[in-house]
Amino acid sequence: MSELGADAMQGVSWPSNGLSEVPFRLYTDPEQYRLEQERIFKGPAWSFLCLAPEIPNAGDYVATTIGETAVVVTRDTDGGINAFANRCAHRGNLLCIERQGNAKEIKCIYHGWTYDLAGKLTGVAFERGVKRQGGMPLEFRKDDHDLPRLRVAELAGLVFGTFSREAPDLETYLGPQIVGGIRRVLNRSFHILGRSTQLLPNNWKLYFENTKDTYHASILHTFLTTFRINRLSMPGGIHIDDSGGHHFSEAKLDYAAEDADYLREGLRSDTDMRLEDPSVVESIDEYGDQVSVQILTIFPGMILQQIRNSIAVRVIQPRGLEKTELEWIHLGFEGDDEAMTERRLRQGNLVGAAGYISMEDGCVGGFVQRALRYNDDDSGVVMMGGYDAQSQPFRSSEAAIRGFWKKYRAMMGD
Amino acid sequence: MDETAVRLGIHELIAAYAECIDEDRLEYWPDFFVEKCHYLITSRQSHEAGYRHGVVYAASRGMLKDRVLALRRANIFEPHRYRHIVGPIRVGKIEGGVAEVRSNFVAVRVMHDGETSLFASGRYLDRIDVSAEPYRFAERLVILDSQKIDTLLVIPL
Repeated sequence: MSELGADAMQGVSWPSNGLSEVPFRLYTDPEQYRLEQERIFKGPAWSFLCLAPEIPNAGDYVATTIGETAVVVTRDTDGGINAFANRCAHRGNLLCIERQGNAKEIKCIYHGWTYDLAGKLTGVAFERGVKRQGGMPLEFRKDDHDLPRLRVAELAGLVFGTFSREAPDLETYLGPQIVGGIRRVLNRSFHILGRSTQLLPNNWKLYFENTKDTYHASILHTFLTTFRINRLSMPGGIHIDDSGGHHFSEAKLDYAAEDADYLREGLRSDTDMRLEDPSVVESIDEYGDQVSVQILTIFPGMILQQIRNSIAVRVIQPRGLEKTELEWIHLGFEGDDEAMTERRLRQGNLVGAAGYISMEDGCVGGFVQRALRYNDDDSGVVMMGGYDAQSQPFRSSEAAIRGFWKKYRAMMGD
Repeated sequence: MDETAVRLGIHELIAAYAECIDEDRLEYWPDFFVEKCHYLITSRQSHEAGYRHGVVYAASRGMLKDRVLALRRANIFEPHRYRHIVGPIRVGKIEGGVAEVRSNFVAVRVMHDGETSLFASGRYLDRIDVSAEPYRFAERLVILDSQKIDTLLVIPL
């Protein structure tokens, strides 16, 4: 690259080496967004691709994206999982157009080039020409034109992929605590109860930070406090991996005491509000450890959520500087009886685009984005709970947000 | 039962429902449902996949009342209204005092600053209790054509 080109690739500069002053231009700079696609999403990060139960049979495929880069995930005939760029080696056409399907081979609709389920080029239409006229030159070798393959790894039914050869293996990338947090929730085989996509009018990072932000929860989301759903909170905390990029926060709940409390107390005054039908929060301690909330994030864009008995995977898909798609995949588990399924469906009202305790997250990022329009010279302040990105036994902290920026800066190279 | 009268009653119910929401009389919205009702907002894709989960899932009139109370008193969002345009209403089987009814709708969202957009299109799959007046929804499945919801959904559809 020419020196001029290198200059043009400069992203946003930081005011210091610290993690507590975050330049606003990180959310508004088109060049920064482009660099993120290269250095993070196509860099040494593992991205969520799909759930293993979405591709149970040979030939099943899912077309998704890593950042904005289109990829295909397939189940091979030997049961293995492959992933490769969703881009024909010939003229760059999108190979799989629909989100999900089953195929014996991947065939480009444009000129009929075919690939096997591992992305190896197996057929070129009219390779030898028609009636001995035309065709590919003799030097053309199909072996030179396989689709760029991703490394793939599966953990507890979650399928991840990376374009990088340098990224450590998935479990090393995540670290033992995060792996433990994932295995705790996805401890038995699961199925999809439902899914939806929420369009967020903001930069992808604003949502990812929001999920790591344990400071805002009781302030922005007033549902639980308004209805005096007394959360007899017992100690919780934040666990952050060494890289800073992944975390989980947890809070415990005295389930039995909560039930008794809600029944006993009733309305205290005319201004007191109670739920007419509290079944939306009636939950059981399904993991037997009294942890009622565990929000786990995986850099750069996956969240595994346990909010009581509402279990979901959220996937952050950047779709431009100020546009993000948030996919919600709600899960049920093998062995759920009808009462348990009903419980999960009712508690599903707590989260998602219409979620009692999550809908505000859909608009608040957009409010930030609007406020930063042509007013992005300064830096935000992320000092709650200190300056570093260490695990903490309390949640009134922004340590996990600082962790995000630690990993982000390391990967962006600044 | 006079079928023409029943059909008229069904049309009236569906029109009144949309008017109730669009004119911001949401406190009356739960009254359009029987006590032990089923109200679900989902997408065509999810519906066809057989998923029971909905973006909104209610199994009682109480849950609908809680939705209204929450949006009035707890949830934070930019003020906006909908304008529902309910399309052709097809009355199917009427049996045992319950009518199966299908209709199309579009909901236009008008933000407080006047910004107007097409927020949702889809169809209502209803089971309406016509055994007594007033008619009420025993079940209303709101099947959105798209699985994508812009920003948030707080006012019912």
